[in-house]
Amino acid sequence: MAINKEFESAKNWYINNYKEFSAGLNGLSKSFFTPLRENAIKDLGKLGFPTTKNEEWRYTNISPLLKNNFIPAAASREISLHFEDIKNKLFTGFEHHLLVFINGIFSEELSSVSNIPSGVIVDSFGKLLRNNPEVIEKYIDNFNNVQTAFDALNTAYTTDGLVVIVPDGKVIDKPVQALYLNGDDENNVLISPRNLVIVGKNSHASVVTVYEPGAEQKYFTNITTNIFVDENGNLDLYKIQNESEDSYHIEKVDAVQNKQSVFSHYNILFGGGLVRNDINTAMNDEFIETNYYGLYLGNNKQHIDNHTFVDHAMPNCVSNELYKGILDDKAHGVFNGKIMVRKDAQKTNAYQSNKTVLLSKEATIDTKPQLEIFADDVKCSHGATIGHLDDEAYFYIRSRGIPAELAKSILIRAFANDVVEKIKIDGLKEQINHLIFEHLHRIEI
Amino acid sequence: MIKIKDLKAEIEGKQILNGLNLEVNPGEVHAIMGPNGSGKSTLANVLAGNEGYEVTGGNVTFFGKDLLEMAPEDRAREGLFLAFQYPIEIPGVSNSTFLKTAINEIRKYKGEPEITAKEFLQLMREKSEILGMTDSLINRSVNTGFSGGEKKRNEIFQLLMMNPKLALLDETDSGLDIDALKIVSKGVNEFRSNDNAVIVVTHYQRLLNYIVPDFVHVLYKGRIIKSGTKELALELEEKGYDWVTNGELQETAV
Repeated sequence: MAINKEFESAKNWYINNYKEFSAGLNGLSKSFFTPLRENAIKDLGKLGFPTTKNEEWRYTNISPLLKNNFIPAAASREISLHFEDIKNKLFTGFEHHLLVFINGIFSEELSSVSNIPSGVIVDSFGKLLRNNPEVIEKYIDNFNNVQTAFDALNTAYTTDGLVVIVPDGKVIDKPVQALYLNGDDENNVLISPRNLVIVGKNSHASVVTVYEPGAEQKYFTNITTNIFVDENGNLDLYKIQNESEDSYHIEKVDAVQNKQSVFSHYNILFGGGLVRNDINTAMNDEFIETNYYGLYLGNNKQHIDNHTFVDHAMPNCVSNELYKGILDDKAHGVFNGKIMVRKDAQKTNAYQSNKTVLLSKEATIDTKPQLEIFADDVKCSHGATIGHLDDEAYFYIRSRGIPAELAKSILIRAFANDVVEKIKIDGLKEQINHLIFEHLHRIEI
Repeated sequence: MIKIKDLKAEIEGKQILNGLNLEVNPGEVHAIMGPNGSGKSTLANVLAGNEGYEVTGGNVTFFGKDLLEMAPEDRAREGLFLAFQYPIEIPGVSNSTFLKTAINEIRKYKGEPEITAKEFLQLMREKSEILGMTDSLINRSVNTGFSGGEKKRNEIFQLLMMNPKLALLDETDSGLDIDALKIVSKGVNEFRSNDNAVIVVTHYQRLLNYIVPDFVHVLYKGRIIKSGTKELALELEEKGYDWVTNGELQETAV
């Protein structure tokens, strides 16, 4: 019962803080979004935070997160930084539009978006709510979907986030990079980015979201990302999560795809003390392709949980999922990959693979493929492996004069390679390779 | 160069080498032949330091040093090279990065300066030409997606690049067609000199038409039971292994 009490008191903390928070919303308070916030607070009261008795949260105990009374980051608190301060947090080596968010709040002076094709929107959620709320209100059905306490928390407390809207037949010439710099030197803060990416018919976009720590204090990043890819549209969404090990990081991605569209999600995870991702895609029509690529690298006591869901509701769709992890020290990984093939979804091709390498005896992974198939003419496969670095390969490399530690690095590179290779932006790929070794404290090869 | 005395080794508790003796001097090529399961690959792996095998007796000196005490990487740095029967694929690491790393680690061990980019490129060109390898093969990830023949050729390419003192070829001929066999043999013959030595482990005599040995040994039940010159290989080819393994056991050679 002690646990329930803790969960109740955390819930009440966030409910009780809402009044003060909403009073500080100022210009944001008049938009269509405010009633959604108020509903979300009511939902939070009804839903409550999930305990490990909830099957979806069986391996992830959030009580360490709930013990902290995080203060919702308010739009009013300004942290001023110079470009020099954030430069080394960015991914470079490729041209990009840049949006910077400090504790979830857009920083106009650090951002640079230029030469956007007419009609395309690459902007801040908060700014649009203030100045042109109708631009996002159109997509209200895409983001008014509160199902869990974390959704509710995000909806109630969000002040800002990334908005990319590409109308029909448009292409953004270069990737959009959104840098989220999180943490406050004075308070333990709750940061609630709200991202919306809409790709129109025959349009194409590439978005890179980067989550980095900006302060020593503990913080909690709770993100909601809504995706819509219309007919023949193509979206690559990269997430690079490199938060501090004192941070909590939860994100829910809800994607909806229309006919013949392609959505690829690249989920590269380095940081965070407790990390949970829920990535859901609904295939609304035929000939849709969904790709989920994941790479999670954990050390010390990191806890990294990935829950993915592909909902094959219609025939002739393809989903590919490849999640790989390398866990060292006492790191704990969780993978739950659900594939639903509904009755009408004939000729579905669905592939799923989860492979984890454990570098230490105390590292652990709980992996659970979950296939529910109600159609009879489908091709589905799934597999999960857990192992150590390959002994024969280790010997092969050492037999060429390469020392043991460097041989391990080569094997790590080789293991991560098929996920890293999927990254379509070369400059990004190189830096990811570099971060793998940096994060695992290994010699780089 | 290498002196193997009464070597005994096992894998997963099963005794494979049963007191093997062999001495190889610079400039020599020795062929180790024998039926399946006689211990040929075990010998190659034990000498290279594969930790999957346990040495239970005997000793091996390599240029006077105790080889069995050394880590696999130190054996390579001292000049021993094993061409694997089943070369390993290393996706994401190019052949050139891999070889440059290997060469520099060996140089570091010997207190020599690192190879310059220019020297390395020149060496790559020179050695790949011998084996008729294209640039694309060299720039690809180590053995990744290579055919069986390409993998074997890549082992010989590594041999030429690393230029060791002693080359152990573990069934390098297995799975090769005649053209690939000729290319691989050309590479090995190019490697041969008065300063180095080769131990060829093979099931078939065929390879020895191209890599002509100075000595041929028959391995059976973990021991060398007969030794001779290249003619012994031809005789084996003609008469089969039964000829030496049946009733000839009393004549144990060496």
